[in-house]
Amino acid sequence: MFDIRNMVHEYFRRDEEGNVTGITTAVDHVNLQVAPGDFIAILGHNGSGKSTLAKHLNAILYPSEGSVWVDGMDTRDEEKLMAIRQTTGMVFQNPDNQIIAQLVEEDVGFGPENLGVPTDEIWQRVEESLKAVGMYEYRKKSPNRLSGGQKQRVSIAGVLAMHPKCIVLDEPTAMLDPSGRREVIRAARALNDVERITVILITHYMEEVVWADHIYVMDHGKVAMEGTPKEIFSRVEELLALRLSVPQVTLLAHELKKRGLPLPAGILTRDELVKELVKLKSRR
Amino acid sequence: MIREITIGQYYQTDSILHRLDPRVKLIGTILYIVSIFLYRKPLPFALAALFLVLCIMLSKVPFRYMIRGLKTILFLMLFTAAFNLFLTPGEIVWSIGKLGISKEGILATVYMILRMILLIIGSSLMTLTTTPNQLTDAMEKLLWPLTKIHLPVHEVAMMMSIALRFIPILLEETDKIMKAQMARGADFESGNLLKRMKAMVPLLVPLFIAAFRRANDLAMAMEARCYQGGEGRTKMKPLRYKGRDTGAFVVLICYLAAMIVLGKGLIPIL
Repeated sequence: MFDIRNMVHEYFRRDEEGNVTGITTAVDHVNLQVAPGDFIAILGHNGSGKSTLAKHLNAILYPSEGSVWVDGMDTRDEEKLMAIRQTTGMVFQNPDNQIIAQLVEEDVGFGPENLGVPTDEIWQRVEESLKAVGMYEYRKKSPNRLSGGQKQRVSIAGVLAMHPKCIVLDEPTAMLDPSGRREVIRAARALNDVERITVILITHYMEEVVWADHIYVMDHGKVAMEGTPKEIFSRVEELLALRLSVPQVTLLAHELKKRGLPLPAGILTRDELVKELVKLKSRR
Repeated sequence: MIREITIGQYYQTDSILHRLDPRVKLIGTILYIVSIFLYRKPLPFALAALFLVLCIMLSKVPFRYMIRGLKTILFLMLFTAAFNLFLTPGEIVWSIGKLGISKEGILATVYMILRMILLIIGSSLMTLTTTPNQLTDAMEKLLWPLTKIHLPVHEVAMMMSIALRFIPILLEETDKIMKAQMARGADFESGNLLKRMKAMVPLLVPLFIAAFRRANDLAMAMEARCYQGGEGRTKMKPLRYKGRDTGAFVVLICYLAAMIVLGKGLIPIL
């Protein structure tokens, strides 16, 4: 699906005359492969380069060095631009800044309209996409009257209507309350499970990534850690050193282990912790 | 509460006028306005008024909504009336000092006022029965030939509809910034006009920065969704003329023909 090879992205800082005064390397020699149907999470604190990386997957940005291949297409190939953007859908952070139309259904139809899809099929796609994210009843509403979580689900539907193979969610929950966050993550997981769409979730909320197939942790533009959620979350000290938080349950298990309880590493859910504790108790 | 504001003055109900194609309404309104400026005779005016009344009845919009538009131009109407009344030369019928009212002046005033009333109510009727979005669509479609001379018709229409979507959002943002500044002791309410205008400057700066940031984000989101201008784009809700639209055009042509017949005095008995 994605093949990122030795990719470097540099931002140029310029003064008023346009002379380059400094170079910031946002992404530094990153290699990353994603298989179709995966649920990938990219973690990192602010300024770690994760959003810059995400924008490469949709050819909004181009690599300064190395290459990014989306479904066999090079993002620097201008003729493939629209095909790449249709293959990879993007959902951004601020729901208000990505909804274009004044009605929910019209916004979902915006993508297919741009692709030149015939009118009847647009309606069909809009209906399917809104149903997939559970927003069909709101189709005649103004986006201004929806909650944050609902707006993000509309944004996801807008991307879905373009029939992408992959959806990149760039901190989709950063501006939402906890219930809105759950709504959005549930919608993203459903797409991955049911429709087998590749999902790349970029976030700094640890609770959202415990279901991912694979996690990449970024720091200073480099991939600092990678592995399954179990592998990543068994390295609590390293995560804390990267200024990332750890799910509360994992942290509790980690602290208990440090105090001498023989718990396994990488406990991610409350059920798991309870099970392990019960096992320990029965052994004594 | 700010989220509740409606842009334009669309009155939501279901009538034949609401269901008409917005292009028909736009063309109809323009033709109607032209028609009331064609003649200065009582009969055509009676017909124009009658036509308007019938349309209002068809629209199911309460009459008080029509009057609303008139209130805003009341001052302009009085002003125009005064000028017409006193400054039209002719046979003086009444005078104070140097100012005289002529017979022609009275006639000109009456016609001018009638025209303005019909014009305002006529155009209000269109905005009351058509959403801003439909109007934008209609304009895009009607002005489409201008793309031949490289005018960005689609782009302008897109900008208008985005502006309409962002008005409530920016109003909310203004409210937020105002409250944040008031919480830190800013004073927007007291003082004379100049002082209050000066107090607005620290409000406008963050508002503009936020608006530009939004515009940047939105442009990126639109590009990510394959937006590349009007070319090769299809429409989810294309405008298509239906039977009733043809009917409306026929009615319009009949109205215009009747106006011309009455205006030229082609029927001797009337």
